[in-house]
Formats: sequence, C-alpha cells, structure tokens
Amino acid sequence: MQTEFIFAGFGGQGIMFAGQVLAYAGMDAGLESTWIPSYGPEMRGGTAHCCVVLADRPIGSPVVRNPQVAVVFNNPSFEKYESNVTTGGLLVYNSSLITLSPTRDTVEFLPVPASAIADELGSMRLTNMVMLGAAISSRPVLDLEDIKHALEEHLPAHRRDLLQANFKALERGMECAVKPVLTR
Amino acid sequence: MAKEMLKGNIAIAEAAVRAGVEAYFGYPITPQTELLEHMSKRMIELQRVFLQAESEVAAINMVYGAACTGVRVMTSSSSPGFSLMQEGLSYIAGSDLPCVVVDVMRGGPGLGNILPSQGDYFQITRSAGHGDYHPIVLAPSSVQEAIDLTTLAFDLADQYRHIVIVAADGLIGQMMEPAELPPMQSVRTNRPDWALTGADGRQPNSIASFYLKAEEEEAFNQKIQNRLHEIRDAEQRFVEYYTDDCELLVVGYGSAGRIALSAVQTARDNGIKVGLFRPLTLWPFPEKRLSELTDMIGACLVVEMSAGQMIEDVRLATGGQIPVGFYGRMGGVIPMPDEILQAITTHCRQLKHGEGAFTPLERVNS
Repeated sequence: MQTEFIFAGFGGQGIMFAGQVLAYAGMDAGLESTWIPSYGPEMRGGTAHCCVVLADRPIGSPVVRNPQVAVVFNNPSFEKYESNVTTGGLLVYNSSLITLSPTRDTVEFLPVPASAIADELGSMRLTNMVMLGAAISSRPVLDLEDIKHALEEHLPAHRRDLLQANFKALERGMECAVKPVLTR
Repeated sequence: MAKEMLKGNIAIAEAAVRAGVEAYFGYPITPQTELLEHMSKRMIELQRVFLQAESEVAAINMVYGAACTGVRVMTSSSSPGFSLMQEGLSYIAGSDLPCVVVDVMRGGPGLGNILPSQGDYFQITRSAGHGDYHPIVLAPSSVQEAIDLTTLAFDLADQYRHIVIVAADGLIGQMMEPAELPPMQSVRTNRPDWALTGADGRQPNSIASFYLKAEEEEAFNQKIQNRLHEIRDAEQRFVEYYTDDCELLVVGYGSAGRIALSAVQTARDNGIKVGLFRPLTLWPFPEKRLSELTDMIGACLVVEMSAGQMIEDVRLATGGQIPVGFYGRMGGVIPMPDEILQAITTHCRQLKHGEGAFTPLERVNS
C-alpha cells in the first residue's frame, strides 16, 4: 500500500502545514511517511506545493509525479494538477476560490467550499484543515483521530488557541466528502 | 528517544550539535540553508561558535583555522559553494587536519539550479582539491542515515585525522521523514597532542601544508597514502538487498539508491531476480563486497542522478567480468521508480536472451 498526496495553492494558504499534519499523522499511525516541499523554481511563481507519501514499506521517492490525491487551493494549482492526478485518482478542490471546471472523466472530483466554511468558522486560516478533512475522508488511509492527534502535537504554540477550531474545520471538511462527484 | 518528523538539513545540523561540534562556519545556499539556520540558533544557545562567513572561501578557511586547535568543526554548502572550498580543503588535507563538510548537492555545472543532483561525485571522491588524497565520503539515503552518518563523520574525522564529507542531495536535505536523533554527547575537553592550544609549558606545535624539499613532501604524501590504505581496508560500508539469488544487481547511492529500492521491490513482486547494492561510503568505495558479488550475478545496472560517475568505480570493482549498464537523470531531474523499473526489465530481458551477446544500455532515458 502506498498513497501519494499533493497539496498545492498560494503561499499563505497553509499548504505546507496541511501536508505536514498528514505526514505526522501517518508516522504516528505506524506508517512510513515522507513530506517534501516544492523549493525549486515553481515556488517562485505563485504556487506552492508539497508531496506527502504514506506507505507500509520503505518509500523510494518522496517526490511524486502522478499522485493518487491532489488537494488544490487555487486556479493555477487546479490547472496544473488536474492533468497530473493518476487515473482513478481524486482531485479535491477549493470551490470557494476555484472557478475552473473539471475536464477529465477518469478522475474523481470533490468540490469543497473550504474558504467559505473556514470563514463561517471564524478564520480563513482554517481553510487548509477543511481541505485535509475532505481529502482524508475520501481516501481513508488514516482516521480522523490520527489527524487530530497530530494537530494536537504539532500545532505551533502561538496557534494553540485555534486547536478546537481546527478540529471543527477537519470535521466540516469530512462532511463534504459524502460522495465525490465522478466526471465532469 | 522517540522518532520525530525531521527535515534532512535540520537533522544533519542537530546530529552535528549532538556529536559535539564546537564550531560551525558557513554561507547560505539552497538547498542546504536550513542546516546553517538551525546552527545559527543552536550553536548560540549552547554557547558554541557559529559564524556566517562572507563567502564559502572564507568559511572553509575558518574551518581550517579552527581545526588547527583540535576542536570538532564543520561547514556545509551545496555544489557551487563546495567548488569554492576546494583550495581550503586541499590545505586542510595538506595539514593533516580533521573536519566535517556537508555537501547537499544540486544541479550543475555552473550556477545550475537548486534541485537535487549527484553530479559532484567525481569532485568529492577523487580529491576535493588539488593533490594526492581522498576525503572519506559518506552518502545518506534517508534522514535517519543522514543523522547516523553525520555522527560517524565526526568519529572518523578524529580517528583518522582526516576530512570527512557527507554527500547528500537536495532531496535528502529538503524532505521530512521520521527519524531518531542520538543523545547529546558532551563537548570534548581534551585536545589532541598535535593541536595548537598555546604552548604553555611545552614545545610549540606547528601546522602547515608546505614542504619545500621534494623528499619531505614525498614522505608526507607517503604518510597520507598509508592512512588512505588503512581507511580503504577498514571503512568500506554498504547496504545490500535481495542479493542472495539476484541475476541483475542495481547499484545506486543516496537518493538514487532509495528510489531504486522501490523499483527493485516492485520487480521482485513481479518475480524478477534483481538485487540492490547501495554504497554508504563513496570513498572508500565498497569494492571488496561488490567484487565478491560479481561472481554471483549476470550484470550490474548503475543508477545515478548524474551522467554516470560512480559507474566508473563499479566498472573497476567488477573488473570487466560482467556487463555494467546505466540509467541516470541529470540537471536536477529525479528518476522515478517506474523509469528505473523499466531499465531493470530491459536489462533483465537482454541478460536472458542475449546469451553472452549482452550490450549494456548506456542510457534508456525517455
């Protein structure tokens, strides 16, 4: 078993942290787990991304070309990763910001109004956890409890007051993932 | 200690701190900068020496100076910065001093780019500076190995009074994965008897890298060569996988080695008799074991993130007895497991049907 995720969006949308929480949760659940950020030229052009790989045997490349799950936060990322997701994979997208429509019919799409939900919960900073919640319930390689535990362990000290709100954001994200929309 | 999710660069820095490094000198360069950043925080906290030099040339010469005093000292850089250190490294070698240098390799030549590469193999393993010597070179393929080999680097540097280079690449430097740090070692208080510590109550020591008389320089060189011989005998390190019954042996180190392992595992799942040999020491190259394995296998496939540099050592170790094929990507492109699997399949097919007429594929890049 190996599941590969890409998180992509604008810098400041919590892309890197969402990936790290997933990687930490994977480690805590006893899986092999890697996280690697985009640090090359692409990060200078407005989108940031990170790859997370969870597996039950040693992970070869932490860099992924065709992930099973892409979690995209903005239009440029949607454009880039829609075509990269492996056949039969899943693209979770922030439908509050993304105006593009799916074009492939070999990939599952899950629109999540993540920014709107985060706003409703009181902070746009929660967008990333809404997205992570939606992604993880659609591809349940880990339990919500694993993710919550990782958040509890690794949320920076100066953001501790947002822990319960982050939990809520994860749960709201999970509620969005009842049935992914198949095809366009 | 429990496993933590650690970034390679930070893991290397913290491992050095825990190995009792007393002085760090460096200059920032991607994809290695987090190493220097971590040092800038930790060394100050611990009241040790951290200094951001004005250049890599200055940094390596500061390392030279600190090494003369017998302290554990290190610097780190990435390929273009490592090139700038060549002169200093040669002077350190010519002065018989121990130090640890980390090279988080990136795409080149020239300014190149900041993406992962293994293009510095020749430069690092052959001499890293002018003159007749080799540094000891250690090549981690995971964050855990980066920690373990950094700890080992300080021990080997002291044991042999020699330069030890940790050769990582951008992938190892930038990725996070679970790893366990060793406990903190206390900083060594005694100094080696050759160190420049102020000649209070004893004859002065002298450290220099020049011998004007040819015979003296030759005698010094002989001393280096004797030591290199000893290191070559004692320190060849490697990891091997599925070598009991393999027909094709993939050889790869560092990131290329770990990615090749994925391909080898998939090939094994498909019933292909393939193994992996992953050198941990690039110098001394683990030639003894590879030479033994040569008698048991049909061919080698070398996988590198370069145009093929370690392949020369593989050819030397296998002595022309078996075909040696190659698959590599250059310029910061990371080879993916499926590409390596394809190269494995192609080589195995040739091995099976070639009946002696095997022509190694020098390149199977798409």
